[in-house]
Amino acid sequence: MHHHLILRVVTKMLVGTIILFAFYVQFHGDFSPGGGFQAGVIMAVAFIIYGIVFGLQKAKQVFPEWLVHKLVALGVLIYAATGVASLLLGYNFLDYGAFNPGHPIYGQHWGIFAVELGVGITVTGVMVAIYYAFAGRPPPMKDEDW
Amino acid sequence: MSVVETQHAAKTLMDHLPVLQVVIPLISAPLIVLLGNRKLAFAIAFAASATAFIIASLLLAQVTDGSVISYHIGGWAPPLGIEYRIDALSALVLMLISGIATVVLPYAYTSIKFEIPKRHHTLFYALYMLCLTGLLGMVATGDAFNVFVFLEISSLSTYVLVAMGAKKDARALTAAYDYLIMGTIGATFFVIGLGLLYMATGTLNMADLAGRIADQGANRTVQAAFTFIVVGMSLKAAMYPLHHWLPNAYTYAPSAVTTFLAATATKAAIYVLLRFMFSVFNPAFHFEDWTLYLIFIPFALLAMFAASFVAVFQTNLKRMLAFSSIAQIGYMLLGIAMLNATGLSASIVYLVNHGITKATLFMGTGAMVMYSGSAFFDNLNGLGRKMPLTGAAMVAGGLSLIGVPGTAGFISKWVLVQAAFENGWWIIAVLIMLSSLLAVIYVWRMFEVLYLTAPDEDCTATDPPLPILIPMLILAGACIWFGFDTELTLGSARVAADGLLAGSAGLIVE
Repeated sequence: MHHHLILRVVTKMLVGTIILFAFYVQFHGDFSPGGGFQAGVIMAVAFIIYGIVFGLQKAKQVFPEWLVHKLVALGVLIYAATGVASLLLGYNFLDYGAFNPGHPIYGQHWGIFAVELGVGITVTGVMVAIYYAFAGRPPPMKDEDW
Repeated sequence: MSVVETQHAAKTLMDHLPVLQVVIPLISAPLIVLLGNRKLAFAIAFAASATAFIIASLLLAQVTDGSVISYHIGGWAPPLGIEYRIDALSALVLMLISGIATVVLPYAYTSIKFEIPKRHHTLFYALYMLCLTGLLGMVATGDAFNVFVFLEISSLSTYVLVAMGAKKDARALTAAYDYLIMGTIGATFFVIGLGLLYMATGTLNMADLAGRIADQGANRTVQAAFTFIVVGMSLKAAMYPLHHWLPNAYTYAPSAVTTFLAATATKAAIYVLLRFMFSVFNPAFHFEDWTLYLIFIPFALLAMFAASFVAVFQTNLKRMLAFSSIAQIGYMLLGIAMLNATGLSASIVYLVNHGITKATLFMGTGAMVMYSGSAFFDNLNGLGRKMPLTGAAMVAGGLSLIGVPGTAGFISKWVLVQAAFENGWWIIAVLIMLSSLLAVIYVWRMFEVLYLTAPDEDCTATDPPLPILIPMLILAGACIWFGFDTELTLGSARVAADGLLAGSAGLIVE
């Protein structure tokens, strides 16, 4: 897409904004609509649009495939570790009250925060991994032959 | 939750066993991917599944008196929160699944070197642990929707595990794809059923569901829900006319995967069937005994004969064992359909004993295939003589599959026949014995190939290395052991059957 100057310029401007918006949806999710799933998809969109406009190779330089796979696992681990942390504090699995026994509502807040972070990381990883897997297949016909 | 809370009593590790049962394998999977080291991956997977087995044993010890452990995830009380509920039935099945998973792992460590490309080894262990997590979760949870979530975790990882057989035989890919389509249809039916139930009752907690369904009477929505759930789960359990995915999946999957799946995956589905038929719905719901009498019994009998008959004519040992699995599932369903305590305990003990038996046979087959290259009978000639210990394990498994006295298989068939007599169904009892004769034929064919034909002259096969031999002999030993000592299997199965028949009466919503 070397000749699409407008697309490239607009994409460069958008990518940063999209990532910022993803963080907003992620960390403001407990006060407004949003959360890990939505934020993860939005975050992935930033990388996917970058890949579509500048090419898969460039996207993989920015966000290498091995890192994507590790992030998928890391997110699940953060989720599960939050549960284990509450368990080690003497509460039930994923009982967020454990993180602030004096004020369980704050505890719930921290718990959700950690868990949603895990969800966000995994969803980002999975979405980008799916994109890489599909985009990485050799095309059945060249762009010019259409 | 109000700010002013009553003082929290700290819990000990023992209180957390129901959730640790599922969480420990769950954590091990991403850990394996993050570390990305093959040797470490095996060590983590083995440690996690061994821990799961110990937890399952501890849980079983707590519930053999018929009590029920209820664990509230996140501290939210059911029916609003997700509840894990362990009784004798779930503890026994948990023990079977985690036990088989632990025994198969050392075998997998050696056998996947032949069957799976090196770069996939860490992923293999991660998927294996995810599959284990899903199966354990299905059994441990007391929340109907949670069953679906765990069902999907185990199924999705299973599809990939089956497809990993593609290095040896590309047909593993189509087998996995078939399984994917059929499994997804099954899971979809199941979740449609749950949706209908939720519509009719407004709850997803199993114990709560049981109470509310009883109030519904002859509600069409509930009947439709029941139908969807039974069909969906029968597909996952490979009940006779819905078994199409099974033979190919078992034949082309890597042998470690086949061993693990044959002993656990369909068994977990049968567990869910039992749970829904007796703990959520109950036989007083007349729609259910019609289903059992008019659908389960004919199809169970068909499975026992048709699938055994097909097994007799197979030329591939793995495929033959796969068809025999379909037949054996017929016996389990027959036990359920008898609707008495003996029949249910027969079905439960069958589930455990058959799991162990099939694991032995598939493991032995896998060990032979490592030398012969394929599981076709022509390539296995005389291998029983060349590999005496493997052959002995196969003989123990084969005898147990037939149900020869002194093996685990005998106990399960014996109780099943007893249950048939209790109902006065002597024709069924005769049919059970007649279909066992078919098992004699196909097992005899296996013995004939392994012992009575001459091995190739240049055959260098010997018994496999210890990491394979020890798990195989443990399983073969279990086939014999549970033929004599039925305290653990039949004893727990009886407690479990009583618990199931008590139905919703036995479940208390806190």
